Amino acid sequence: MMQPMRHRWLAFITAGIGLLLLPLFMQELGAGWVRIVALAMLYVLLALGLNIVVGYAGLLDLGFVAFYAVGAYMYALLASPHLAETFAAIAQHFPQGLHTPIWMVIPLGAALAAVFGVLLGIPVLKLRGDYLAIVTLGFGEIIRVFLNNLEHPVNITNGPRGLDRIDPMAVWGVSLGKPLLLGDYRISSVTLYYWLFLALVVLSVVICHRLEHSRVGRAWMAIREDEIAAKAMGIHTRDMKLLAFALGASFGGVAGAMFAAFQGFVSPESFTLMESIMLVAMVVLGGIGHLPGVILGAVMLAALPEVLRYVAGDIQNLTGGRIDAAILRQLLIALAMIGIMLLRPSGLWPSPERRAATPGAARA
Amino acid sequence: MSFLRVEAVSKRFGGLQALSEVNLSIEAGQIYGLIGPNGAGKTTLFNVITGLYTADGGRFELAGRSYKPTSVHQVALAGIARTFQNIRLFAEMSALDNVRVGCHIRSKVGAWGAVLRSRSFREEEASIIARARSLLAYVGIERYADQRARTLSYGDQRRLEIARALATEPRLLALDEPAAGMNASEKRVLRELIERIRHDGRTVLLIEHDVKLVAHLCDRITVLDYGRCIAEGSPEEVQRDPAVIEAYLGTGHRG
Repeated sequence: MMQPMRHRWLAFITAGIGLLLLPLFMQELGAGWVRIVALAMLYVLLALGLNIVVGYAGLLDLGFVAFYAVGAYMYALLASPHLAETFAAIAQHFPQGLHTPIWMVIPLGAALAAVFGVLLGIPVLKLRGDYLAIVTLGFGEIIRVFLNNLEHPVNITNGPRGLDRIDPMAVWGVSLGKPLLLGDYRISSVTLYYWLFLALVVLSVVICHRLEHSRVGRAWMAIREDEIAAKAMGIHTRDMKLLAFALGASFGGVAGAMFAAFQGFVSPESFTLMESIMLVAMVVLGGIGHLPGVILGAVMLAALPEVLRYVAGDIQNLTGGRIDAAILRQLLIALAMIGIMLLRPSGLWPSPERRAATPGAARA
Repeated sequence: MSFLRVEAVSKRFGGLQALSEVNLSIEAGQIYGLIGPNGAGKTTLFNVITGLYTADGGRFELAGRSYKPTSVHQVALAGIARTFQNIRLFAEMSALDNVRVGCHIRSKVGAWGAVLRSRSFREEEASIIARARSLLAYVGIERYADQRARTLSYGDQRRLEIARALATEPRLLALDEPAAGMNASEKRVLRELIERIRHDGRTVLLIEHDVKLVAHLCDRITVLDYGRCIAEGSPEEVQRDPAVIEAYLGTGHRG
């Protein structure tokens, strides 16, 4: 009993140190690489949230990016000069302009997104499968359309131009917006953000893992497997579904706030349906309902397009520049996704139970 | 003093009167049989009692208190648990986890407790696991605890459903054709199990087609035909009742 436990801890510690040191090596190669892994961490955060809704409770959500947008715009409004410039009353109350510290942003973002999660959850309580997918898809679009148009009659979101001059995050007085100098050693701003995102991911994994192996997690999975039987067992399916929507959304909200601070700029363009679809693809491709699978799926699909950016250029040159690199990249991503789904129908790293449940998995 | 009393329950599906003015009165500690030809309305009555369908009219009383079977989880909370005619297990979850889901309403630690791993969470989880294991042993399938429910044999799936229902600590256990698809030896084991459940202080309501099993097990029987209650009494009385014979065999046999 002792031995496997110790092995596990050893593996966790090694992986942890590796993940901590990763950006220090990558920043030597160029800040662009660190940026890719930092963004991948944000996608992991989003995929973990979506996994609660889709993976555990079995509720297909094609509008998840809405919660990402809610978190991002919340931070953008609370930490940029926009509101103070638009409303005289706010400028009067906050002569220094609005600045919100991180310890307020995280709970606020989580709570606000959770409220939106419940707002989405209430009308779709009786829907499942494709019907649910269509309504959630509509919800995602509604949020985006609102962000695009909420500049008249009062300018709240600044419409398609988006919000800029957003404060960078600061942790314990250390601003993540500029490089940290330790003597002569320079740690880039992106690396600092990477560490913040990594910490949030670790926290989220612990939360998800603990939820999965609890009374709440079992109730979600029971609803996923058979809603009527779950009800007959006394599970309050309405409350449990709303809890899944709210908790899943709160991850999205926090990720959104981080995204806004990281970019320093948000606009509705970042929150399109395509993003929602990619998030569902991450969860499904990785291994629905299985944490390591979901993380792997998110990292792969977040990093793949960026890596292909380098490859696509070379292939483009082979064709004499006739094919556009961006289109080629889309094509390669699509091919990779089709390939994965054909070869590993239950995901890259499915939970052991599901793997055995898939017909033909034994052959593969 | 009856334990479950159902009075004048009706249910209509479009043009079909599935139940009309059905009465049922079960005493505590009884094994009560509900029989009738296919399509007589047995499962409909089950679904109405357990809240899956809303009755068009009627009164419901459990242990002297009237209850409204309007939401299924309320019925479970009130102390009625059921199994399903076409087995409805949580297929991809382990047998143990199926029973642990059954423990849901009699436990209370929520998301916060789970995330923080509070002491009450750990204690409750430990007691849930112990209880689920003992229930699996009670129905005789503890060796399959870690197997996924869908990999169990048909008879074992039925027994797992009973274990899961028992985990809700019901006062009334409603079994919808528990012996369907079982062979003779499985039926014998099932009979012993139902008798043990009654012996341990629970009331049992049973829908079953196997007349021999019903006659052996049940204290009282109600016979339904075309949504009406056509006979009520002890197994011997019911078997002799001309209306019952007619419903099962038709009128022709009398010549």
